[in-house]
Amino acid sequence: MSNLLILPIVVPFFTAALALLLRDQRRAQRVLALVGAAGIFVTGAVLVAVVARGGPLVLEAGGWPAPFGIVLVADLLSAILVTLTGGVGLAAVAFSLATIDSRREGFGYYPLLLILLMGVSGAFLTGDIFNLYVWFEVLLIASFVLLALGSERAQMEGALKYVAMNLIASMLFLVAVGLLYAEVGTLTMADLARVLPQAENPGLMTAIAAMFMVAFGIKAAVVPLHFWLPAAYHTPPPVVSAVFAGLLTKVGVYALLRLFTLVFVGDIGYTHTIVLVASGVTMIIGVLGALAQSEMRRILSFLIVSHIGFAVMGLGLYTPAGLSGAVFYIVEDMIVLTALFLITGIIYQVVPDDDLRNLGGFYAAAPLFGVLFLLPALSLAGVPPLSGFFAKLALLRASIEAGQYGIVATALCTSVLTLLAVTRIWSEVFWKPNPRGTTLTVPRLSAQSVPLWLPVMVLAGLVVVLGLAVGPAFRLASAAGLQLYDPSAYMSAVLGVER
Amino acid sequence: MQVVLAFLIGGLFTIAIYLLLRRAIARVILGLALLTNATNLLIFTVGGLTRATPPLIPEGQTRPGGPFADPMPQSLILTAIVIGFGVLAFTMVLAFRTNQIVVADDIDRMRATDALVPIETAELAEPYDEEVESHPDDPVVVGEPERVG
Repeated sequence: MSNLLILPIVVPFFTAALALLLRDQRRAQRVLALVGAAGIFVTGAVLVAVVARGGPLVLEAGGWPAPFGIVLVADLLSAILVTLTGGVGLAAVAFSLATIDSRREGFGYYPLLLILLMGVSGAFLTGDIFNLYVWFEVLLIASFVLLALGSERAQMEGALKYVAMNLIASMLFLVAVGLLYAEVGTLTMADLARVLPQAENPGLMTAIAAMFMVAFGIKAAVVPLHFWLPAAYHTPPPVVSAVFAGLLTKVGVYALLRLFTLVFVGDIGYTHTIVLVASGVTMIIGVLGALAQSEMRRILSFLIVSHIGFAVMGLGLYTPAGLSGAVFYIVEDMIVLTALFLITGIIYQVVPDDDLRNLGGFYAAAPLFGVLFLLPALSLAGVPPLSGFFAKLALLRASIEAGQYGIVATALCTSVLTLLAVTRIWSEVFWKPNPRGTTLTVPRLSAQSVPLWLPVMVLAGLVVVLGLAVGPAFRLASAAGLQLYDPSAYMSAVLGVER
Repeated sequence: MQVVLAFLIGGLFTIAIYLLLRRAIARVILGLALLTNATNLLIFTVGGLTRATPPLIPEGQTRPGGPFADPMPQSLILTAIVIGFGVLAFTMVLAFRTNQIVVADDIDRMRATDALVPIETAELAEPYDEEVESHPDDPVVVGEPERVG
């Protein structure tokens, strides 16, 4: 059963390799991309079912037992996130079928997308901290090329900033890994959790923890380390933005969640207070940045930053309720942001412009499309009964229980301002009459435009379903949060595997 | 030896960060290259330096005799070197393409994706003329009269 763990990595790898070999055959490439993403989704879902029933799964790569070899571990959080990676990947591949031009396809767009998905799945599943670095590099190099593919002016500028910033973060990560190994002589996360409490030099451990925090903070775009994100995310084709928005920053948040619940819990009063304060600053600065912008995808890019703050806030609280809320929030955020960026993609298909001033009249042209936008948008702002409301509710309750009233106020203000930001998009793009005076031709739902509409419809539907069926969904998230808070099951699964 | 390497690593990091803070893209890339190497050297050094005792197991035994070099940092560095090399190669090609498209080697001319108000592309794209403007990395001569306008 534990061999299942390798599939979310191997399936996209082989489909990517095959797609690269079949470079000239667009049809085969498209099918392979769908198969690869679907493979991750299905194995992820099976993993969730297995892990929910039988506890964390461990695969020892090459048969080397835990502290010596590299292990792949799936606890509930990893399994849920792998499933979502497959889901977001599937939506993105389907949307790409309708929107990506043949030039990009010819230069290996689909293999790159699959490699990106492989890197993300690998990062979610690995139980070794150096291996985590390797997966980060895999997903980064794929994202670098995806970002620059097409060579438009804005893309090159954005890519350069993105690359430089992420490489600096990677080096910081690597330095921290090296120092950590030198101090305790192991890199398996579960083993680190075992030996770190007895480390000779707790001060040095806190310093190393701070280095990890900065490195992952850059990758997760936590304020004040966020500047690269709004400069880069709006430049590639909308579907690429959607994948980045849905997956990449969440990998950074996942790494923070994993390391600061499993490994670095020696000095919670110091590290987790920094995380909590940073989360509040992230929320406010992000949403204020969004309000200052006048282009759709730039607004959404700043909203990504703002809502990273919510996910990180749960970690800063470091209570079971807070962590559960964080898990639910990450899930909800991945779905909502992917949906919103895909919707900008549909708008971009009709009017190739991002500027609010040049857009308008979409509600008159296609009322149901307006509703489709409102569902994820209002969920992002936290309007009941959509899933975003319950995610925020869980986090707010957790912070009230923990007595952190400052962060409650910050989160509530951010929600109101988020509502303002998304209603601005609504009133400018959908409600306002088209400034050019022409009537828009939004593509109707037909057999041909299914790849355009279906991903958005499914994702928006999920927002509603997760809101209405919040009970079972939140029970799963709570179980994942509890596993994070008390990692003994994770540790014994990794270190005490029966052979 | 460790002390010498420590100073060397510190020096490399200093130079790397200095270069990363420059506006010229070429220097930023040099900074990234130095940063990679400084990091590799750091892992190598903190892993512990042992002289001339490779971690090899003599035939017929199950563990190496005497003190031996830890193979782990070496494998980490090997991986990091390969990744760093690949990423650096990509970054150089990216900078080259950027230079072709944006016609500038100056980060300050690449603010179109950051600016709130859309910048006229023409304003940014005017070719870089060393005769007219001083190079951004030229040292500022003290006492030089400020340019007006």
